[in-house]
Amino acid sequence: MNFKQEILSSDSIQPSKLETCFARIKKEEKIALMPFIMAGDPDLNTSAQILLRLQAEGADIIELGIPYSDPLADGPIIQLAASRALSSGTSPKAVLEMLFNLKEKLTIPVVLFTYSNPLLNCGMENFCCQAAKAGASGLVVPDLPLEEAEKLSSIAAESKLDLVLLVAPTTPLERMKKICSRSKGFTYLVSVTGVTGERSNLEDRVNFLVQKIKQFSSNPIAVGFGISDAKHVSQVREWGADGAIVGSALVKRISNASDKKAVDEAGDFCRELRKAAG
Amino acid sequence: MPSQPKDHDLVISARPSSIGRFGRYGGQYVPETLIPALTELDNAAKLAWQDKSFTQELTHLLKTYVGRETPLYEAKRLSEHYQGKNGGPRIWLKREDLNHTGAHKINNALGQALLAMRMGKKRIIAETGAGQHGVATATVCARFGLACVIYMGKEDMKRQALNVFRMKLLGAKVHPVTAGTATLKDATSEAIRDWVTNVESTHYILGSVAGPHPYPMLVRDFHAVIGEEAKEQCKKAFGRSPDVLLACVGGGSNAMGLFHPFVEDRSVRMIGVEAAGEGVNTNRHAATITEGRIGVLHGAMSLLLQDANGQVKEAHSISAGLDYPGVGPEHSYFNEIGRAEYVAITDQEALTALQLVSEKEGIIPALETAHAFAFLEKLCPELAKGTEIVINCSGRGDKDVNTVAKQLKYMD
Repeated sequence: MNFKQEILSSDSIQPSKLETCFARIKKEEKIALMPFIMAGDPDLNTSAQILLRLQAEGADIIELGIPYSDPLADGPIIQLAASRALSSGTSPKAVLEMLFNLKEKLTIPVVLFTYSNPLLNCGMENFCCQAAKAGASGLVVPDLPLEEAEKLSSIAAESKLDLVLLVAPTTPLERMKKICSRSKGFTYLVSVTGVTGERSNLEDRVNFLVQKIKQFSSNPIAVGFGISDAKHVSQVREWGADGAIVGSALVKRISNASDKKAVDEAGDFCRELRKAAG
Repeated sequence: MPSQPKDHDLVISARPSSIGRFGRYGGQYVPETLIPALTELDNAAKLAWQDKSFTQELTHLLKTYVGRETPLYEAKRLSEHYQGKNGGPRIWLKREDLNHTGAHKINNALGQALLAMRMGKKRIIAETGAGQHGVATATVCARFGLACVIYMGKEDMKRQALNVFRMKLLGAKVHPVTAGTATLKDATSEAIRDWVTNVESTHYILGSVAGPHPYPMLVRDFHAVIGEEAKEQCKKAFGRSPDVLLACVGGGSNAMGLFHPFVEDRSVRMIGVEAAGEGVNTNRHAATITEGRIGVLHGAMSLLLQDANGQVKEAHSISAGLDYPGVGPEHSYFNEIGRAEYVAITDQEALTALQLVSEKEGIIPALETAHAFAFLEKLCPELAKGTEIVINCSGRGDKDVNTVAKQLKYMD
């Protein structure tokens, strides 16, 4: 084994920050609480405060949206949050700078959520390198399915970023196996055929999908899209998921609050969800 | 960047590749939820083209319902107008404006509706800019008794009120889109979101050679009838293929339909005309190939109007159908390998051309189509005598008369 191979193999043995986090939570028999916020909504300063508050209120992992003008996978709540963030002048670079400045204080893993175009525009290598420097642990790109993800996944791995892939209720079994085996950090299970947004009920088929995936994959499963309250978090925990991602419901609370109250509102909601997540 | 395409790059069956690529353009950049539906659509289309009962029904309806074939018309007075001292080119119009519903769009809408029924989908959605694709889709849905929802930007609904009324009359639901710039780009995003949500029951009739694979290929293949007819008609009219093909390009469906059967014949010069709006050096234009950079929009990698941060820019054109910041991936590919040329025409130049064609030929072209005509001004002086030009007269201008009247101050 030459030097380079040795480095590579030792890398693959060492678990990533996300893997370590999920392992700990599993041991504690909890479910990872994963709130989503849109960076720059209403402005980056407030976003930074919200991130720290979410951490203080027990969030395990944060999903941080980088705003994009044409978010295909997002419903109206997150679309509007992205529009507000863009009007306040939020660029991908500024989001990463904000994150970099929080590096000392924000110790829980951060997964960046953005679309193909802003990412390509930055250059994949450049983006991953900057994101890793800023302390991010993973990357979710909802319009980059398996076929298009291979290149980014290896580039991300070089920067020790986990590229998380998504599985949908419409995904056929064989394809699901492939996605789960290539997804790094965890597998993102989309709970509905649809876009992000609040829903009053979770579909029973999520239970079925979690069980099915567990049969062939040891990757942690985080459920997202439509998880709107503490009841839903308990539900997916009962169904055996490893993480619950709460996006639109939180983003709505932030956008409905007056500027000064946004941080408190986010914190209060996170505390409520924490109780359900164990 | 290769400037001279190799022969194998031009072979029709090689485009797109099995993974939906035209060179580096194309692909499938969509949420995972849609991937199985795109695979299903790709397979259904392949089977349908091999199935005689499908192609016969399509051909029959194109003839009896759409009114094909459309004439290749010699525009004598327009040709005369562009005669110089040494003579000038001969201008022919491929009269897609004479199709049922007034534009080329119905070729694709009809084909996809037949496909949707083969796949057992009873609900149809579509996006529309100028309203021509929306009207064509609403029309075929009425014809086959399919539920129909059309997504249209609120701004476009104002500009194209007549087409909104037509769609409603045809029994379609027109869903106003207020997000972003409230034009074609946002209507397309909203249609894709609907499809993500209702994919199990719904077919999305995408109206241009854009979007994720297989759409750029599928839409092209349904419009290729334009070029196939033109090829035969040219042979009959003057015994050979034309020298120049000219068509407007927004997403690029009418241009691709005309170009496709001629791609392998390098002696045929192909020119796509984009919308320069108020000028390509202003911020208000839709000249994607002229001014765009590589990016991803609505599921495909292609050239794209975007800012320094990769946010999609607002496009502008007087014609709602060209008002789009993206372009079909195969056009980006043709541009890159030098197989087609792309130029841009301003709002003002298009308006002037619309008047000229109306006065010289008694044909009021759509504002979109007028962009192709406008390029004759620049093209004709450099052409040798006896050059044969075919323009895709892609749509009629009835829908635009209000816009034109306002611009030309015909109205009080």
